[in-house]
Amino acid sequence: MKQGSRALVAFAILLAVCWLVPIYLIGISALGPKEAATAWPKSLLPTTFSFDTMGFFLRYTGVWTAVWNSVVVAMLTMVFAVLLGAPAGYALARYDFRGQTVYRVLIVMTRAFPLAILALPLVTRFISVGLYDTQLGVALVHTALALPFSILVSSSLFMGIPRELEEAAWTLGCTRVQAFMKVVLPLALPGMAATMIFSFVISWNEVFSASVLTLNNRTLTAFLFASLEESPLHFRYAGGFFLILPSLIFIFVVRKYLFSMWGISNR
Amino acid sequence: MSAISIHAVRKEFKGHQALQSIDLEVKDQEFCVLLGPSGCGKTTLMRIIAGLETETSGDVHIGGKRMNALPPRERNIAMVFQNYAVFPHMTIADNIGFGLRMKKVPDARVQQEVRKAAELMHIEHLLERYAGQLSGGQRQRVAVARALAVGPDVLLMDEPLSNLDALLRLEMRSELKGLLRDLRTTTIYVTHDQTEAMSLADRIAVMHGGRIVQYDAPAQVYGHPATSFVGGFIGNPPMNFVQSATTQQALGAVPPAPGLTLGIRPEDLDLLPEGGLPLQAKVVEMLGASQQVTSRVGQEMMRLSTQATPAILPGQTVHVHAKPGCGRWYDAQGNLVK
Repeated sequence: MKQGSRALVAFAILLAVCWLVPIYLIGISALGPKEAATAWPKSLLPTTFSFDTMGFFLRYTGVWTAVWNSVVVAMLTMVFAVLLGAPAGYALARYDFRGQTVYRVLIVMTRAFPLAILALPLVTRFISVGLYDTQLGVALVHTALALPFSILVSSSLFMGIPRELEEAAWTLGCTRVQAFMKVVLPLALPGMAATMIFSFVISWNEVFSASVLTLNNRTLTAFLFASLEESPLHFRYAGGFFLILPSLIFIFVVRKYLFSMWGISNR
Repeated sequence: MSAISIHAVRKEFKGHQALQSIDLEVKDQEFCVLLGPSGCGKTTLMRIIAGLETETSGDVHIGGKRMNALPPRERNIAMVFQNYAVFPHMTIADNIGFGLRMKKVPDARVQQEVRKAAELMHIEHLLERYAGQLSGGQRQRVAVARALAVGPDVLLMDEPLSNLDALLRLEMRSELKGLLRDLRTTTIYVTHDQTEAMSLADRIAVMHGGRIVQYDAPAQVYGHPATSFVGGFIGNPPMNFVQSATTQQALGAVPPAPGLTLGIRPEDLDLLPEGGLPLQAKVVEMLGASQQVTSRVGQEMMRLSTQATPAILPGQTVHVHAKPGCGRWYDAQGNLVK
């Protein structure tokens, strides 16, 4: 037992190092002077702090429009994913219906189609309905990407809430909707928040469909992807750092909320 | 007035008959216990009365009003669940007041009723806490208080004590009994624990295989089990069944007709100095106030329960006979003949 937990700790440390070292390197390069990005050998400690690199990045034409596009698309994705995912998850958790297993498989199957195959038909379709090069269009594709996760996680969230709580609410005068709003939703909220943030991050990080489906209204990832070729190294570091930032902040802010609330742990 | 009348209620689950034509009348202010082994349909019947389950056919009336197809909130019932179902994200006070708030009762009255219900269950010091900070017994009290606070016509309790430890269960049982006698709320109580049923009920409905096999006062159910199933299910240890005519004769029991099975309670077997039916004690269990002797006659198990002294030793032969008038006779289908 004790040995097992020591191995677990070692594994956790290894994982943390694997993830943190690149982030750290990006961080010091982005926050160091221009020359530090190309310097060799690299100093592992930030010797001089400079906002030059970030400043250059942030003043670069088009960055702020791209950031704004990314935020809008990610927000839309988040809202769509929860509005569609939560009811579907609730149905999976609470009702016995024909073809439930097939439905579950189909949900996961949506992730099995490579976007590269879907890209061309999507572009022609989007052009014909006027969604091409719009925030809404990108958000819809991102929603499709985030939905399987959103549905399956919210379904397991709802399964973790005892049915009796809902039934008790019904016997105490609630309609089905009231019981959901007053009892189920508050209890599912921490998990729902996690789902929403994850949807946000999926959209924020997605490059391919955002690049293919837009021309002028690029999201930040697509914008950076397009300008990566001709940009200097320190610019790329600054862009990378800027991309990581929201996810890190989000997860840091809500982590307490995710881990425990009212003594209930969510799966 | 809130008598309950159930007529020809059937429930089918995917081809499986959970309830087969149930008829049940519960009088106003009566305490009715649905008793039976797991899978007998007792919880299904209660959930149909609550409106949490829809009957396949049949009628449910509460207080003379037909309840079929009405959702739970329109039946003016309250239910206590086996796992308490106390809302974990609300304080205890909010839990108890939940039903009244849903009925849009003014705030001052809600607070007053919450206090009253909390005092009844002795949990007024816990009102500001959350369910997570309470023990199982305290949560049980909250669940009962929450049900009582709405002033229901009918109180439904689904195995409310089965998650408590033995000592607490005993304490809660007598407290519930006193409380519900004073409140005079019509109550239906589901349990598989016969002691609980015997001690709480005005009338017990014994259920078996989706049917009510006997519906009577506890003493009657115990003394005159309507079927051999009831005799074997109620009583600890259960009733002895004797098929062999010679054994019946040795016990001094005279069958009213040939070919019947004798049912006799272990405590209705008296020890004799000699004669009667000789039994060799296989296992002797000392239970403090009494001792329980297990023996075998031919193929049949025979238990007898007798006073603690003098101690009977394993292997010792005792002579027994049936107390006059205590034997019950069952036909081949297990129905009570006499």
